[in-house]
Amino acid sequence: MTTRDSYASATDTTEGRVYSVTGGDWDALVTEIGQTKEERVVVNMGPQHPSTHGVLRLVLELEGETITEVRTGIGYLHTGIEKNAEYRNWTQGVTFVTRMDYLAPIFNETAYCLSLEKLLGITNDIPERASQIRVLMMELNRISSHMVALGTGALELGALSPMIFAFREREKVLDVFEMISGLRMNMAYVRPGGVAQDLPKGAIAKIRETVKELRHNFKDTEKLLVGNTIWMMRTQGIGYLDLAGCTTLGITGPVLRSTGMPWDLRKTEPYCGYENYDFDVITTDTCDVYGRFLIRLQELEQSLRIIEQACDKLEKSEGQPVMVADKKIAWPSQLSVGSDGLGNSLEHIREIMGTSMESLIHHFKLVTEGFRVPAGQAYAAVESPRGETGVHLVSDGGTRPYRVHFREPSFNNLQATSAMAEGGMIADIIGAVASIDPVMGGVDR
Amino acid sequence: MSELQGMFGASGSGDTSGFGGLVRSTPNVGSSQRPYGSYFDEVADELERAYPEFSDAIEKAVVDRGELTLHIKREKLFETAMKLRDTQSLRFEICLGVSGVHYPEDKNRELHAVYPLLSMTHNRRIRLEVSAPDSDPHIPSLVEVWAGNNWHERETWDMFGIIFDGHPGLTRILMPDDWPGHPQRKDYPLGGIPVEYKGATVPAPSERRSY
Repeated sequence: MTTRDSYASATDTTEGRVYSVTGGDWDALVTEIGQTKEERVVVNMGPQHPSTHGVLRLVLELEGETITEVRTGIGYLHTGIEKNAEYRNWTQGVTFVTRMDYLAPIFNETAYCLSLEKLLGITNDIPERASQIRVLMMELNRISSHMVALGTGALELGALSPMIFAFREREKVLDVFEMISGLRMNMAYVRPGGVAQDLPKGAIAKIRETVKELRHNFKDTEKLLVGNTIWMMRTQGIGYLDLAGCTTLGITGPVLRSTGMPWDLRKTEPYCGYENYDFDVITTDTCDVYGRFLIRLQELEQSLRIIEQACDKLEKSEGQPVMVADKKIAWPSQLSVGSDGLGNSLEHIREIMGTSMESLIHHFKLVTEGFRVPAGQAYAAVESPRGETGVHLVSDGGTRPYRVHFREPSFNNLQATSAMAEGGMIADIIGAVASIDPVMGGVDR
Repeated sequence: MSELQGMFGASGSGDTSGFGGLVRSTPNVGSSQRPYGSYFDEVADELERAYPEFSDAIEKAVVDRGELTLHIKREKLFETAMKLRDTQSLRFEICLGVSGVHYPEDKNRELHAVYPLLSMTHNRRIRLEVSAPDSDPHIPSLVEVWAGNNWHERETWDMFGIIFDGHPGLTRILMPDDWPGHPQRKDYPLGGIPVEYKGATVPAPSERRSY
C-alpha cells in the first residue's frame, strides 16, 4: 500500500509491523492488514466503550475473532477516598465511603458502620429498630443495584427493552430512598450507632405499595429474557468459572453462587439481625452468565420477602430509638428533610441556640471534633449485591481513622475477566464482564 | 513525618483548642495469652499440629474485639499461608485481599500487610499480619497460594510501596504508571487547595484545625 493513512499509521517494531488505529477509514486498514501473513490484532476496548460497564479498559489480543489474552486496565476512576477519609472524623467517613460503589451506597455505609461499631465495642447496643431500617434499606438497595445489573447487562448484549423496564423499577426504589433519606444516591443515611433519622410518616405504606408494584413489574423483565432464544444463546455456557476458580480468585456473590455454592453472608454470618428473616439463598450450577442472570432475577423476589418482613417488624417497633443511647457517640440531633433538603431538625436548633448552652457545647464538640475510637483494628463484612464488601479499619485512638480499607467485591471479582473470556469469542467478553457486574466507582475507589 | 504542620504550629502545650496540629500515634495492642476463646484455640492447635515450626513463624497472636490476628514473620508467611489453605481441619480457601498500613512510629516494622482469611468449609475467619521495615520493604507474594491476591498486592505496592517478592507482575494498578511516590503512606501529603467561600478561605483538609 502506498498511500499513507493518518488514522492508521504503521510502524516497524521488533515484533513486526504494528498498526495503530485511532479512528478514520476502517477499510483502508483492512486492506493494508490483509497483505500481512499474521492475524494477531491487539484491540483496546474502552475505557470509553459503552459496553464495558464503566471506565474499564480491556486490552484484547485477538486471533481472528477469538480472544487469546485479556488484560484489564483500571484506575480511571480512582478518587483517593481511603486516603481522604484519614483526614476527616469517623462520622464524616460515611459520606466518603457511600460514594465508592455508587450503585450500592447503603452497603458501603453499613459495612463501614458495622466495622466502626466493632471497634467502638457497641455492636450489641445498636437499637433493634436501627438494624431493621438498615436491613430494609439494604434490601431495597439490592433491588435497585440488581436492576442496573440486569438492565445494563442486557443492554450491552444488545437487548434494549429490558433496560427500560429495569430503570423504571429502579426509579421506584430511588423514590423510596428519597422519601426516607432525602437523597436518591449517596445518602450517608446509615451512621455510626444507627441511622440518620427515623422513617417519615407514611413510609411503610409507600414501601408496601412499591413492593406490590415491583413484584408485578419484575415479570416484564423476566418475560423478556427468560426463554428468549437470542438471550439464551448469548449467555448460556458463556463466561464459565467453576468453584475452584472462584475460591482461588476470592470471588463471592452471584458469581460464586452460580457454581452451586450457597454462600451468602446473610446466612453464614448474620449481621443486623438477618437471622430473624426468612429467605432463601439462590444458587444455580451452570457456572455461566445465564446462571448469574437467573440468580439476580430470583434474588429480587427474596429481597421483596425480606422487605415485607422488615415492614412488619418496623410497624411493631414504631417509636423506638434509631440511634445508640450513648450520647458521646450518637449524633446529637435527628436530621429532618426540610424545604431546602436534609438538615438538622428545627426543634434541635431551637434547643441548642435558645435553651441549653450545654447542648450547644455538646453538639459543637461532637460535630466538629467527633468521638474518639479506642486503638485497634477490626474487619466487618456484608453481603453486597456483588459479593463480600469488607471493611478493614484501624484506629490510633483519635477522632479520625488511621486507615480505612475497603475490600471491594467489584475490584476483586474483575480479576476473573481473563479466566472467563480467554479462548472465547470477542462478543462474549461483554457478557462475561456484565455478569461480574463491576461498578468502577468501587473498583477504583 | 507523622506530625502534620498545618496552619497552626503549636505543639506540646496540652491545649484542647485544636491548635496543636494533627499528631498520629501508633496503636499498641499487646499480645494475647491462651486460651483465646471462641474457635481461635482450635485454629491455633490445628496450625501447630500441621506446621511444627509454627512457633518460629509467629511473632504474637492478638485476640481483640472478637477477632484473631496472627502476626507472622515475613520469611515464614508463605509456608504458613500454604498450611492454612491446605490442612483439612483449617481450609482457609479464600483470602480477602491485602490491606497495607503504614506506622512510621513503629521502628523497623513500619509497613504492615494485613490479610483477612476466610474458611468457607468451617465458617471461620482469622487475620494474618506481616511487617517489613521501610528500608527493606519486601514481603513474599501470596499469589501462588491465592491467585486473587494478584490485584490486591499490586494495589498495596501502588499505595504503600511494599514489594511483594514473587508476584507475577508487580505494577501500579490504580495510580498512573509514572506516578511518583506511594499515596497512602503517612509521609505522603494529602494535598488539596484552599477553597474560597464567600470571601473567606477554607484551607485544604490536611491543613485544617484538628484535634
